[in-house]
Amino acid sequence: MNDWPLWEVFIRSKAGLHHRHVGSLHASDEAMALENARDVYCRRMEGVSIWIVKSEEIVANNPENSEALFDPAENKIYRHPTFYDLPDNLKHM
Amino acid sequence: MENSMADKFQQKIDDDIRIEPRDWMPEAYRKTLIRQISQHAHSEIVGMLPEGNWITRAPNLRRKVALLAKVQDEAGHGLYLYSACETLGVSRDELINQLHTGKAKYSSIFNYPTITWADIGTIGWLVDGAAIMNQVPLCRCSYGPYARAMVKVCKEESFHQRQGFEILLTLSKGTEAQRQMLQDSVNRWWWPSMMMFGPNDADSPHSAQSMAWKIKRFSNDELRQRFVDMCVDQAKILNVTLPDPDLKWNEERGHYDYGPIDWDEFWNVVKGNGPCNRDRIETRVNAYEKGAWVREAASAYAEKQASKKAIQVA
Repeated sequence: MNDWPLWEVFIRSKAGLHHRHVGSLHASDEAMALENARDVYCRRMEGVSIWIVKSEEIVANNPENSEALFDPAENKIYRHPTFYDLPDNLKHM
Repeated sequence: MENSMADKFQQKIDDDIRIEPRDWMPEAYRKTLIRQISQHAHSEIVGMLPEGNWITRAPNLRRKVALLAKVQDEAGHGLYLYSACETLGVSRDELINQLHTGKAKYSSIFNYPTITWADIGTIGWLVDGAAIMNQVPLCRCSYGPYARAMVKVCKEESFHQRQGFEILLTLSKGTEAQRQMLQDSVNRWWWPSMMMFGPNDADSPHSAQSMAWKIKRFSNDELRQRFVDMCVDQAKILNVTLPDPDLKWNEERGHYDYGPIDWDEFWNVVKGNGPCNRDRIETRVNAYEKGAWVREAASAYAEKQASKKAIQVA
C-alpha cells in the first residue's frame, strides 16, 4: 500500500457551505480515492460534494515560521471596526 | 534549544492549544501517540472479526443490515485512526506489519469468542459502552488529528451501543432459553469489559505522563468506576445480574463498590494466550496476503491509465 498515494478528502456537507477537510486515505488512483472517500466519510449523508487532492500537491507554510508569516497582521488594529471612536448616540452603525 | 522547545510545547498543552502534525513535539510524545493510536486502529480492525462471525447467522434481516453497518463502521474507524497515526510520520505498511508480527497490541477484549447471538448484543452494550467511556474524553486529546478522528468515531459509536442494547432487550423479553442465553453472555463479558480500562492506576506507569500531555484526561480507575455506575442501572432494565458478588452501593462514596479484577487473566490474554489471539492474527494475515493480487491489480490499472494519459498529452 506504500506505493499508493495519500489523498486528502474535503466534503461539502450541504449546498451553501464550504468544503471542509475531513481526513485522508490511500488509493491507487483518483476513481478509487473518490469511491473510498464516499464509503469512509459519507456513510450517513455527511456530504453532497467531495473533493480529493493528492497530499503531496498541497503547498503549506512551515509552522516554524508562522510567527513571521502572520506578523504583518498583528499590529493593525485600525482594520477592525472597534478602532474608531464614535459617539454612543450614533445609531445604525 | 531542546529545553526551550520542550517548555514552549508544554506551555501550549497547558494553555489547551492543540498540537498539529508539523509542530515541534518531543520524541516521547510522538512515540506515545503512535503506540496508542495504532493500538486503537488495530482494535477497530480486529474488532470486526468477533462480530463478523454472526453476520451470516443474524436472526433476521433487520439485525443483519444493522450488524453489517456496524462492522463497516469499525473498518471506517480503523481508517480514521490509521490516517491520524500516519500524520506522525509512520507508514501504513509499517503499522500493519507491526500488527501482523505481534509487535503492536490491540484491545484484549477481541481475543474472546462470540459463541452465541446474545454476545453480539453484549458487545454492543458492554464492550462498546466501555469503549465510549474511554473515547469521549479523547475527543479533547491534545493531538489535533487524533481528537478530530475521535469526534467522528464517537458520533457513530452511539448507534452501536443502542443496537446492542436492543438485541439484549429483545432477548430479555423472550423465552426462558433466550433469557438464559442473555445472562450467560453477560457473565462471560462483564469482567473482560471491566479490564478494557487497563490496569489499576497504581500499576499504570505511563498514565501520569499521558495526563500531563493531555493525551489522557481521566485515570483508568475513574473511567472504570463511571462504567460500573452506569451499567448497574442498565442491567436492571435487562433483568440480568452482573457477575460480581461484591457489587454494592456505597453511600459514602456515592459510587458502587466492585470486586477485585483477575489481572492474571488480563496479562495472560495480553501476552497472547487468550482464547482467540492466534486465530485473530492468523485471520488478518490471511486476509492481507490473499488480498495482495487485488492491490497489485489496482496498482497496475492505475499505472496503465496514467501512461495512457501521458501519451494523450504528448
